[in-house]
Amino acid sequence: MIKKYLTLANIRRIYAVFFLALFVLLLLLTDFRRLKGYETSLFLELSPLVSLSTLLTGWGMYKGLVLSLFIIIPTLFFGRFFCSWVCPLGILNQCSARLFTKNRAVDDYRINAYRGIFRLKYYILTSLIVLALMGALQVGLFDPIALLTRSFAVAIYPASNYFTGNLYIKQPRFTGAILIGLIFIVILFANRYLTRLWCRVLCPLGALLGVLSKAALFKVRRNVSKCTDCQRCMRNCHGGCDPQAYLRPHECHLCFNCIEDCPEGALHYGLADAHSSIHAPLDINRRRLIETVAASVILYPVMRSSATASTVASPDVIRPPGAIAEADFLRRCIKCGECMRVCPTNVLQPAMLEGGFEALWTPMLVNRIGYCEHNCILCSHVCPTGALVPLSVERKIGRRPDIPPTKIGTAFYDRGRCLPWAMNTECIVCEEVCPTSPKAIWFQEVQVQLRDGGVRVFKRPFVDTKLCVGCGICENKCPVHDKAAIRVTSIGETRSTTNRMMLRG
Amino acid sequence: MSITGSRGLVPLQGRSEEGAEPPSFFLLLFYLMPSKNDKTEPTLSRREFLIKAGVTGAIATVTGALGVISYSDRPMRRSQETIYTFKRYRVEASTLYPAMVIAHGKDVKKMLQAAFDKLGGLSRFIKPGDRVLIKPNVGWDRQPELAANTNPEVVGAVVAMCLQARASEVWVTDVSINDPYRSFARSGVEAAVLKAGGKVRFTTGDDFLQTDLKGEVLKSWPVCRYFHQVDKLINIPVLKHHSLSRCTLSMKNWYGVLGGSRNRLHQEINLSIADLANAIRPTLTVMDATRVLKRNGPTGGSIADVEIANTIIAGVDEVAIDTYSLRFLDLNVADVPFLSIAQGRGVGSTDIKAINTHELNTD
Repeated sequence: MIKKYLTLANIRRIYAVFFLALFVLLLLLTDFRRLKGYETSLFLELSPLVSLSTLLTGWGMYKGLVLSLFIIIPTLFFGRFFCSWVCPLGILNQCSARLFTKNRAVDDYRINAYRGIFRLKYYILTSLIVLALMGALQVGLFDPIALLTRSFAVAIYPASNYFTGNLYIKQPRFTGAILIGLIFIVILFANRYLTRLWCRVLCPLGALLGVLSKAALFKVRRNVSKCTDCQRCMRNCHGGCDPQAYLRPHECHLCFNCIEDCPEGALHYGLADAHSSIHAPLDINRRRLIETVAASVILYPVMRSSATASTVASPDVIRPPGAIAEADFLRRCIKCGECMRVCPTNVLQPAMLEGGFEALWTPMLVNRIGYCEHNCILCSHVCPTGALVPLSVERKIGRRPDIPPTKIGTAFYDRGRCLPWAMNTECIVCEEVCPTSPKAIWFQEVQVQLRDGGVRVFKRPFVDTKLCVGCGICENKCPVHDKAAIRVTSIGETRSTTNRMMLRG
Repeated sequence: MSITGSRGLVPLQGRSEEGAEPPSFFLLLFYLMPSKNDKTEPTLSRREFLIKAGVTGAIATVTGALGVISYSDRPMRRSQETIYTFKRYRVEASTLYPAMVIAHGKDVKKMLQAAFDKLGGLSRFIKPGDRVLIKPNVGWDRQPELAANTNPEVVGAVVAMCLQARASEVWVTDVSINDPYRSFARSGVEAAVLKAGGKVRFTTGDDFLQTDLKGEVLKSWPVCRYFHQVDKLINIPVLKHHSLSRCTLSMKNWYGVLGGSRNRLHQEINLSIADLANAIRPTLTVMDATRVLKRNGPTGGSIADVEIANTIIAGVDEVAIDTYSLRFLDLNVADVPFLSIAQGRGVGSTDIKAINTHELNTD
């Protein structure tokens, strides 16, 4: 009985459900109330594409990213098992393909056949690797784990909170969440037209694992003397890897459906025996490959010569505390959105084009939405790639006299909008909420001649730039509701040596 | 039948414009070929016609009626939102007991017990089965030692005593300024309340009800909904410094019931405090002066700004309690206008020598 159900494919399904559930759970745990030292960025660290490309941009395999060896090394021996056994996006794609399509057998043979367009993912991979080699990290746009983490953190979890209300204390809102969510939905919906379109055609991580699994010892093998060319093996093939012919090991996800479907018992997984078929070579066109490399090499200086936050300091691009200098930051950030998921005040937002196209969806602070909680260091601890280096509370808020605080910007008054300055009205909410000790915001009591001739004393606020850390709570709580009368810009940030105004401090 | 109506003519016309003769041979072929889409509509019987016309007529009538019913000359027609008012949380006043008891000492439980005993026992205020709401000051993500929030020991002890007085439930809430989860966790209040058997009620975005405060500057404001769901209310503020109002005492603590853009209240801070104090009359006020934040309030952040005062002031006269509390911050009644405004509204008395008070020491 047990033997009947404990087939290879069913074992795979158990793994798939387990890893998908683990992914959802770890992202749920990425929250102040539940974060208790769990390896919440585990999946991002397992992704070989993330670790390889950040290795190329930073010349080091950062901390947990070394876990990707648990995927890379077995792939060398056993093939591209990650895609259908571990990858949560691959599993979701497979589920939605099953859900959206009800094919006749004859359609399945057509849909699961190998196509020339499957080569595209190798060119995407080439482009990302070439860019990474030159120091531009765009892997976050396409890496399935980063993409899925971002989609869940920025769009899916907030959306589910909209109905249930039990995920966050207040409904989080992210700029451009609709775009990120739509991309995710389109990826899932694409399975309606071609099963696992994302995995087979676009996924650069799949391409990387495909290249790694080229020389795997263990493969799905077809016994040529038993095979009757009935093509039943194509019916439920995940990868579209031609198991009925000369199987393409770089496309094979090791779903093992073919082995189960074969009525002749002609397929097995393991080493070759005397009747095993040969395998097809990696199907990429050298000319296209060279073109891709050339195009990427040309793209790089175009990217770098545009005005971005790394070439010209931008006042709006305020990075989370713990962020390294902008040029290095862009070499490390994979836009996964873990920091946005864990941020308690919703201040961390996926950047649109504020920091240049390179910085799309990287985290930045939008103080009208939230502010940086003074004693909070969570974002720096969930970052898998070291774009944000882990801070202690002491390193963040500083300790006199030896540890200076981590500044992320400086607050400035807009005296034309400030109530005590421009409207002769009491206020200084900014001073009340300023978290530093002593407060960076201070006030002068000034006697003011009113319009009707009377005289009144007002407390007019100032910023002490030596004490201000740029947390933005003043901007967030300012009663001038649309455009605050006190605003933080990135100047004076600790991470930059050039974005400075004062000679001292 | 005219030729222009037929579909075969369009390309032919194009040709004739170019000057070529229309090829009559093809035209002929066209008329000879029958249409492949030759299914014809069945003709209606009288009965079918009447049924169809009747159904369509009914739909048309309903559509027209809906249009008339939903006609509005306003762009948004919505039913009026319910406006709440605060209930009376106070119990009957009694001249047998003092209006304010000042307890000095080091053991928080003993001080609270002694103070409540002097006030006539907690059972005078809380009837068995009452649902009690406790409003401490948990505005900030700060540790207890920094005195920016109410001492968790005090909150925990009051929760336990309310449950001893057979309250059915004890809720603790505040609309924090920093992240509520962080504020309740790091102030130690959440742990203390849970340990004592109470419940922490976090206020989320839609936990507010529009409430009429009937004030001079504060009219209708969103108020944390738990205040409308309880029988008794205990205010446990912490005594600390504030730059604009000079001090944060028991009446100022009501800022933490409001949602909306309460940052605008600073523009008329004294009137706002008095309006709130007039609208909300708690069952009991327990001033936590075990630690006093003397400077850099209300956030604090440095242990050097905190003074250990080892005092708890409990009573039913908030104005008197706040007046007494001024001495810890070296202030006078004249420095704090909201006290006299509140007195004028009949909230309490600033003349603490004239009212019945009691001072004790438990050490």
